[in-house]
Amino acid sequence: MNRYLSAVLADRMGVVLLTVLLVSAVWVPIASLVLPASHPLHMGSYSVALWGKYLCFGLLALSLDMVWGKLGILSLGHGVFFGLGGYVMGMYLMRQVGDRGVYGDPILPDFMVFLNWDELPWYWFGFDHAWIAFPLILIVPGLLAYVFGALAFRSRVTGVYLSIITQAMTYAVMLAFFRNELGFGGNNGLTGFFDILGYDLREDVTRAALFSATALSLAGCYVLCRCLFATRLGLLCTAVRDAESRVRFLGYRTDRVKLSVFVLSAAIAGLAGALYVPQVGIINPGEFSPLNSIEIVIWVALGGRGTLWGAVVGAVVVNVAKTQFTGWLPEGWLFMLGGLFVLTTLYLPRGLAMLVPKRVSGS
Amino acid sequence: MMNVRGGTLPPVFFQRLWRAVLLGLAVCFSPVQAADLPDALQSALEDLAGRDKVLRLEAVERIANSGTEESEALLQVILSGELYHWKPEDRFVRGEKDGRKFILYALEDGAELATVGRREAKKVSINNTLRGAVKSALATLDLIAPDPAKRLAGVRAQFAALAVPVERIDALLESESDTAVRDSLVTLRAMTLVSDETASGEPLMTAIAALGNSTEPGALTPLKGRFERSDDDAEKSALSSAIKAFESRQARFGMVKQVFFGLSLGSILVLAAIGLAITFGVMGVINMAHGELIMLGAYTTWAMQQLLPGQPGVALLLAIPMGFMVSASVGMVMERFAISKLYGRPLETLLLTFGFSLILQQAVRTFISARNVAVSNPSWMSGSLELHPMLSLTMNRVVIMFFCLAVFAVLWWVMQRTRFGLQLRAVTQHREMARCVGVRSRRIDTLTFGLGAGLAGLAGVALSQLGNVGPNLGQAWIVDSFLVVVFGGVGNLWGTLIGGLGIGVATKLIEPWSGAVLAKVLLLVAVILFIQRRPRGLFPPSGRSAGDN
Repeated sequence: MNRYLSAVLADRMGVVLLTVLLVSAVWVPIASLVLPASHPLHMGSYSVALWGKYLCFGLLALSLDMVWGKLGILSLGHGVFFGLGGYVMGMYLMRQVGDRGVYGDPILPDFMVFLNWDELPWYWFGFDHAWIAFPLILIVPGLLAYVFGALAFRSRVTGVYLSIITQAMTYAVMLAFFRNELGFGGNNGLTGFFDILGYDLREDVTRAALFSATALSLAGCYVLCRCLFATRLGLLCTAVRDAESRVRFLGYRTDRVKLSVFVLSAAIAGLAGALYVPQVGIINPGEFSPLNSIEIVIWVALGGRGTLWGAVVGAVVVNVAKTQFTGWLPEGWLFMLGGLFVLTTLYLPRGLAMLVPKRVSGS
Repeated sequence: MMNVRGGTLPPVFFQRLWRAVLLGLAVCFSPVQAADLPDALQSALEDLAGRDKVLRLEAVERIANSGTEESEALLQVILSGELYHWKPEDRFVRGEKDGRKFILYALEDGAELATVGRREAKKVSINNTLRGAVKSALATLDLIAPDPAKRLAGVRAQFAALAVPVERIDALLESESDTAVRDSLVTLRAMTLVSDETASGEPLMTAIAALGNSTEPGALTPLKGRFERSDDDAEKSALSSAIKAFESRQARFGMVKQVFFGLSLGSILVLAAIGLAITFGVMGVINMAHGELIMLGAYTTWAMQQLLPGQPGVALLLAIPMGFMVSASVGMVMERFAISKLYGRPLETLLLTFGFSLILQQAVRTFISARNVAVSNPSWMSGSLELHPMLSLTMNRVVIMFFCLAVFAVLWWVMQRTRFGLQLRAVTQHREMARCVGVRSRRIDTLTFGLGAGLAGLAGVALSQLGNVGPNLGQAWIVDSFLVVVFGGVGNLWGTLIGGLGIGVATKLIEPWSGAVLAKVLLLVAVILFIQRRPRGLFPPSGRSAGDN
């Protein structure tokens, strides 16, 4: 245990991140629920949801940094795991709507009534129970990652080829989810949710609780990653990233190393998606677009890949900037984002993490 | 000067000119009839103006069958109810009501004759029976047009209505000399017979067999219709075998058509991917801005058409070199100032070029328009090429297929037969060695990237002829382009060609039973699985350049 604790504490910026997360997990509910609306530190439910969204993206970025920064696999399709987690949560929320939908059907979601479906497809069964749906948030993305990874890593698809086929995967899933016949709401996706675990999603309490849950999940996953990379498996990951052939020649099954971390990363991405959906209120196939997956890569690159905390910072910084910029100068945002990519890769190859002096970060 | 020039014209010239002017005036203003209607038409019109119903109907047919040039225009006038009898002159004219007066025009040449009061002009009115007769007469008029192409079109126009009686077709067949028109007439006759309930016996059986062997797409409808209604066993079996024969032939042509569509899609994929085969395949730069370089090519076409209004063809031809140069220069600037700093770090270049792609996209949105712009097809790229009655190919796709092959051939020639190509291959195979023998590798890198970018521009010029041109044009192609290159095998131009065409044909062959979106999903999955089996593509690089670690 001591080894793991010291691994977490060794990265001082990580400790800062953890502290901020834990404090905000407590502070945000207070600021939003206890403080009166006139108080300068009061947080409206809109900004609570907004920051909750940023932290979901942070969690997603963390999951990508696990495979890219630590394992050297650049996944251009991490959005697919995020989206699948989101869809599982969306299906659960959809089933909670009950007969409050526009068409008032007690069983079928609105879009199925609209498309004249007679009964719920088999893969929708059980989603009305949280104890079935919530584990699936981790299992579904993990399973896809397992099948995909098992095939790809065993046949030693590496580098650019792997990146391209992950991109093709998310593209294929996006096209499939755009079809109404698949039974996930076609291009409108799933929306019109009412409550989660019996709590109304529009209530300030629920939103604050979701925010805290997100912050705690992010903190938990960060600690999990730090501990993981302090183990033997973690060392192997670094070795695989730096010289895969040599590790293989030493007798390690590198495909299994990669597969296990890849699956874990996919499950974390799924968790991020599941936390994201109730806070933004919609999930649609646009989440699977290759562009979204590339944006995740940018967050990680900007924050500093391989540092774990950098990925989270990158995700939050880029998304805060995005919200600000699209508000003021909608035209300018893509110029800004594009410029950010160019300047980061040229002048900040290790991202914002480079700006933190070594004696501060401690690593 | 004026004097000299005036002096060179002899006085005779002016006399002739004067005469010509006088003659023109005389023609314009003379009240005399310039050219009479042919006698046949004149007498038919007299009957039409009469009261005898049978004679009036016959008159319409006589006009239609007169074989004169004026008959079509005349029938149109009758149909629009503008035919008048000018009583004082006893002449048939076209009249337009203008308040209480009528303006009369000659039927022969459309010259304005006079403006007369109500009493002097009497309208030749027609009833519904006559109107129907005139309409069908107009439809069959093309059947006897002097131009064989017009006759052919006329016969084909009859395939749907089947309103021409068999006797009339027989009469037409006797006088017809053009084989294509004859064939169509025979088909028309068979179709008419098959859909005629009273037909039976030997002529009907021959007609059914003929339709079974026909290549006319419309031949199936009468066969199926009769098969539904018929209760005669012999007839039914003949019909069903004819339908079977027809449908199997139709399916064969359908297959050929799908393969063509597949090759067309494949050639577009090849065009889109070929530039990437250079930048990504040969140089190893993951160029995410490739799609936007394609987009720039398409916008260049649009810009050229704006610069040369009314000349879409010339603009398109000029857009080919311009599109290449615009994209190539943007690409070279990108390479020179940014990408070159990141060689050997492929994943970083991915991010960098993605940044460029966002900037280029937004630049087009801000400085041109966020909406799609209209790029027109020149006349030689619109319409379709009919190889067979059952097989017509859209012209723009045919042109683009040849364009793709031409681009590929030129690229192959550049790579294999020019000094630049030799240096390019040398640098990619062994950079240090190439530098040792005096190749300026930095310069070659920039030029190579420019070549790849320029090829993307060419793809954009071609794509502008197929669909919408908008800021998102490039994004639609980027995933496909990468897949084609990876599928074909990085660093192998032939792989890109075979891979692109293969993916195109496979997509179109599974599309009929799976639908377009599912076909694409299946193809993506298939390519992903294929990469598992052969991680280095269809034609993997070999030898020193393979770079195994």
